[in-house]
Amino acid sequence: MSSIDYTQELPVIEGRPTLKEINELIAKPLDQKPDKKFYIALSITLTMLLAGAIALGFTFYYGVGLWGNNNPVGWGFPIVNFVFWVGIGHAGTLISAILFLFRQKWRNGIARFAEGMTIFAVMTAGLFPLIHVGRPWLAGYLIPYPNQHSLWVDFNSPLLWDVFAVSTYFTVSFIFWYVGLIPDFASLRDRAVGKVKKTIYSIFSLGWRHSNRHWSHYEMVYLVLAGFATPLVLSVHTIVSFDFAVSILPGWHATIFPPYFVAGAVFSGFAMVQNVLIFIRKIFNYEHIITLDTLEKMNKIIILTGSMVGYAYAMEFFTAWYSGVQPEQFTFINRAFGPYAWAYWIMVSCNVIFPQLFWIRKIRRSIPVMFVIAVLVNVGMWFERFVITVTSLHRDFLPSSWAYFKPTVVDVAILIGSFGFFFTWILLFTKSLPVVSIAEIKAVNEGAQPSHGEH
Amino acid sequence: MSDKILYSLTGLFDTPDEIIAAAEKVQSEGYTKYDVNTPYPVHGMDSAMKLPMSRLPYVAMVVGITGMFLALFFMWWTNSVDYPLVIGGKPYFAFPAYVPIMFEVTVLSASIATVVTMIAIVFKFPNNSHPLMDTEYMKNVSVDKYGISIAADDPKFDFDKVKSLLESLGAKNITPIYYKEEDLNFKPKTFEPKFVIAMIVLFAAVSAVTYITLNKLMYLPPFDWMMEQSKVIAQERSDVFEDGRGMRTPVEGTVARGFLPYKFKNNPEAAGKYLVNPLAATEENLSLGEKKFDIYCSPCHGYLAEGDSRLKGQFPSPPSLHSKKVRNWSDGRIYHVITEGQNAMPSYAYQLSRKERWAVVLYIRALQRSLNAKESDLQ
Repeated sequence: MSSIDYTQELPVIEGRPTLKEINELIAKPLDQKPDKKFYIALSITLTMLLAGAIALGFTFYYGVGLWGNNNPVGWGFPIVNFVFWVGIGHAGTLISAILFLFRQKWRNGIARFAEGMTIFAVMTAGLFPLIHVGRPWLAGYLIPYPNQHSLWVDFNSPLLWDVFAVSTYFTVSFIFWYVGLIPDFASLRDRAVGKVKKTIYSIFSLGWRHSNRHWSHYEMVYLVLAGFATPLVLSVHTIVSFDFAVSILPGWHATIFPPYFVAGAVFSGFAMVQNVLIFIRKIFNYEHIITLDTLEKMNKIIILTGSMVGYAYAMEFFTAWYSGVQPEQFTFINRAFGPYAWAYWIMVSCNVIFPQLFWIRKIRRSIPVMFVIAVLVNVGMWFERFVITVTSLHRDFLPSSWAYFKPTVVDVAILIGSFGFFFTWILLFTKSLPVVSIAEIKAVNEGAQPSHGEH
Repeated sequence: MSDKILYSLTGLFDTPDEIIAAAEKVQSEGYTKYDVNTPYPVHGMDSAMKLPMSRLPYVAMVVGITGMFLALFFMWWTNSVDYPLVIGGKPYFAFPAYVPIMFEVTVLSASIATVVTMIAIVFKFPNNSHPLMDTEYMKNVSVDKYGISIAADDPKFDFDKVKSLLESLGAKNITPIYYKEEDLNFKPKTFEPKFVIAMIVLFAAVSAVTYITLNKLMYLPPFDWMMEQSKVIAQERSDVFEDGRGMRTPVEGTVARGFLPYKFKNNPEAAGKYLVNPLAATEENLSLGEKKFDIYCSPCHGYLAEGDSRLKGQFPSPPSLHSKKVRNWSDGRIYHVITEGQNAMPSYAYQLSRKERWAVVLYIRALQRSLNAKESDLQ
């Protein structure tokens, strides 16, 4: 174990496959008819999606009174789920943009999938602001357009910043993803046999011909996009945290929120990427592309961000004590020992305690163990948003209005439906687009770059 | 073969080192219209081909900064000029609150502009009819080969010379690429009946959907902005109450605010006798009277109450209020006329509150004295 030579760069792709093998391996799932397992998985996710759709149908027909939201907890599951899903998306941009800027070659194997996950997670997240207005067809009022009321949206409101942040995030992630896909569509086009497939790939490849005169601009634009996506991903969860931090509620009104939320978002996103990739690499035989080393590196990021989140939990208590503000102190003691103590301690154990097991190399490299820990991380991160939202609200300044928030069946069904929505997209993605970037993997294959170059 | 037009001569290589060497050689030979096709960006190729650095980042910078300032301008204009509104005690121009949106707009506009410029302007995409498309050469370079293609319209192009150059570099599969017949004889299909009919159908469908959405669907529940609600609306029927009326009749003897019953109904003489103006002739009361007189009385009576109607004969002009008769009326008598009306004049009890009526009376008195001043007024 101690014989690793850190001066030598380890190969990102194991086994030195030929470029042709890479090409065929990544394109294979797109050629084969989906097997039985795929249909079983799809029927599960579609059932979940249906449960959510029925719950939403009831919600739109009878109104949002079907949810657990009520005074004093006016923000219940929708905001919890929204923040959770936006957070899941953050790992994708971190992997594709920030790790790209840091020249982490191991990101190439997982970037495409993680970006796809970002897009689906943001789509899932975007559902919640829409449905929680109760009349989603009126969401157009969020857009500043000259209207018959001659009113404008409130540019001072964090909720409006959210509209801009999430829609920009979705658009830029989508562009980034598509730009990455163009060369792959061209590769798929050139190996397609059927006429329909060829036409589809031709349209999406836009006529890409792997020309170096194009690669030169392409790489520059990719760099520019990565440069934009990096502050963007940090800004999105910062702005989401402003939804809370700009209010004056104890437990929300904290300057630590933006970095704390961003760290939490990356934390949960990495856990989700790791979870799904474990299946992907197994099912599609990508073990040498998405290597155990890659998973181990992701686990290291999980410890890092998990520790940042743990630090934030501690710092919140310190701030409450140090500020000397009684409502603030009450909120935090109530959080840890009040009626929602169960949720708080689920959060702390899943987010702070279990990920610390990754300090042990064996656990970091054991696939079943890391899978379980990452699932727990996502459970913990969902509860983090639940704890923040509900515990600050349920005991407000007037003890006479204190109440205990309980989600209804409809709330839970919508949460399940959101998972169904997300995983349905993931499943369709794995069968319709290359889940690993063909061109990027070829570029980091051993011997793929000229020997006299800088690499 | 002879009628085909040559596009380029291509050769394939197996390793990145070979293609770099080939590109350097072709560049040094002075060819300008050649291209290298590789399945992924090969490091060092840009310098081998002596390509200048991409200038696309400038697009990002210019559009991004423009977008940022436009966003700032827009937020300033909406919140400070078009509809000034104080929100949360912030100033109209709350710069710190605008920073997040300025940032998002910068990123959004710059990203879109850069990518669109690259794809549509620099690459001139979409372009699926390039001569290299669908060739064996393209099928190889998109998998694992590294190709070089020297175009026939290069000023130095000479078929045999290029061929021997590629051979000397060790290229395999040296093949000429020709323009395709159908691409050269391509005619725009815009006016083909099929396309025109498709466009007409599309147009009709979009129009129909738009019409139905905007004129029908938006007025159906639940999309109707809650125009229909299961609640009792004033003046409407309701089955909740026995008498079927949505409104309840007030308890007998209820007096609405400001509507105390008028005691001297149909009794102008008594009104003139018993009613006394409760208002003093202060500046405040007189200006209130002037205001109300100008609004409600002057259209018929004229600004100076001389009976010079502004209605230009469309309505019978009332007599002057400067007549001896009116001058001798008591305040209460004038008040009665305003309250009950007289001849063609309707009651103004609903337009003018009691205080306003008395103020109008005061103002009429002032007008009368302006034309028929007493001796004492001159002192």
